[in-house]
Amino acid sequence: MNIQTILATKGAHVITIRPEQAIREALVLFIRHNIGALVVLDDAGQLIGLLAERDIIRAAPMNEAIFSQPVSAVMTRDIITAVPQDDLMSVANTMTEMRIRHLPVVDRGRLVGIVSIGDVVKAQRDHYHGEVDTLQTQLLAGDI
Amino acid sequence: MGQPGTDTNPLRVAIIGAGPSGFYVAEHLLNQQGLVVEIDMLDRLPTPYGLVRGGVAPDHQKIKAVTATYDKIAAHSGFHFYGYVEFGKDLTLHDLREMYHQIVYTTGAQTDQHLGIPGEDLHGSWPATAFVAWYNGHPDFCDYQFDFSHERVAVVGVGNVAVDVARILCRTPEELATTDIADYALEALRHSRIKEVHMLGRRGPAQAVFTNPELKELGELAGAEVSVLPEEVALDDLSRIALEKSQDRATYRKLELLQKYAAQKATTKPRQLIIRFLVSPVELLGNADGQVAAVRLVKNVLYATEAGTLRPSPTDQFETLPVGLVFRSVGYRGVPLPGVPFDERWDVILSKCVNCGRKQG
Repeated sequence: MNIQTILATKGAHVITIRPEQAIREALVLFIRHNIGALVVLDDAGQLIGLLAERDIIRAAPMNEAIFSQPVSAVMTRDIITAVPQDDLMSVANTMTEMRIRHLPVVDRGRLVGIVSIGDVVKAQRDHYHGEVDTLQTQLLAGDI
Repeated sequence: MGQPGTDTNPLRVAIIGAGPSGFYVAEHLLNQQGLVVEIDMLDRLPTPYGLVRGGVAPDHQKIKAVTATYDKIAAHSGFHFYGYVEFGKDLTLHDLREMYHQIVYTTGAQTDQHLGIPGEDLHGSWPATAFVAWYNGHPDFCDYQFDFSHERVAVVGVGNVAVDVARILCRTPEELATTDIADYALEALRHSRIKEVHMLGRRGPAQAVFTNPELKELGELAGAEVSVLPEEVALDDLSRIALEKSQDRATYRKLELLQKYAAQKATTKPRQLIIRFLVSPVELLGNADGQVAAVRLVKNVLYATEAGTLRPSPTDQFETLPVGLVFRSVGYRGVPLPGVPFDERWDVILSKCVNCGRKQG
């Protein structure tokens, strides 16, 4: 299974934000869409960073004025991205080992989706369920 | 009117497509505690079971025994099957919306992904799905004519469908006669002059997606010897590191089998099945009649993506493999249904586009 399969199931819709928007607006988007990260795009629609809940939490204790600060002040710039052809297993390993919760998916320079660790866990769970079902069916078929 | 799913107002569900997915959806719905459901399963063909009938290889009879499970589901009083009913022709989305609370599309991935290379549409270049459906007696494909008079064949892909295609091409008529293969296919393959079947994988042996029982079976063919080039089965550094990290036993076993095939001495069996790795077709070359005459291959090396997947990257080394027949088996895609939103990018019907009443969460 690859990332394209996950996107085909969950859809390619990504909630994005601009770097000059305020953290308060980002929080509103987190709540409205029940998500934990926003992809940051510049005027040209290029991916320039990722704003995760954790970025805000990390900055908040040192910064009383965090809510009015721009997204660009807090976002992570140096991010890892996935491609639609990435294998589910490599992505699961990378996200687990590097403690990454969200991977934007980029195809030929264009943002085409986002995969969260929840999506990866769900895909793995479904995969293993499918495997167990197949094996059970094969065992039962052998008895018929 | 209250929520459907009760004795007086059962949840009425239409399932389009009577393959495995359709039956599992039906089973799931019928097993819901406290939900009264009436399921009508429709199929374009007069017969149920979809890919189990038209896709599972005829020499893998045991797998087809899974239909016993589907028969149990079908025996449920809330379940009805209507064969020979084509969505979009005999019934439209509009008709179904009037009659059902829910519509589930389980029409599968019916056609193949394109290679996207020049010459792909030459005569003699086929989707593996067409060949598979043909030897399984699918009514849409039984009139197809495959020309087995060529000595060399390429099967593009190293998944289990590619293995099925290669294995059926390599089986002796005596072996095939004991299977469930369509009579006309057995007759056509009886006159096959194929001597070499080349399976082409774009990545390395550790990334090949065929499963080990299928790979092992290739080593047990009565009339064909399987071989692998030793230099193509040697593990590159990236794959070795990935494997040391994952410690995946199935991959170790796969490599063992492939290395065994690579070390095998040539025998006198009439056919050769050659499994190639790290090569991608870049062009199909035709003769004056527009018939496939060769496939041009580029040698690949592997690189790791940021997320850690090993992917092929072409080098500047090419080779030309003369072949008269090509079967493409590099993945499958769904086909749009009339009136149903279809995502062209992923070649699927996106669940959330269709009437399921939930906002993106």
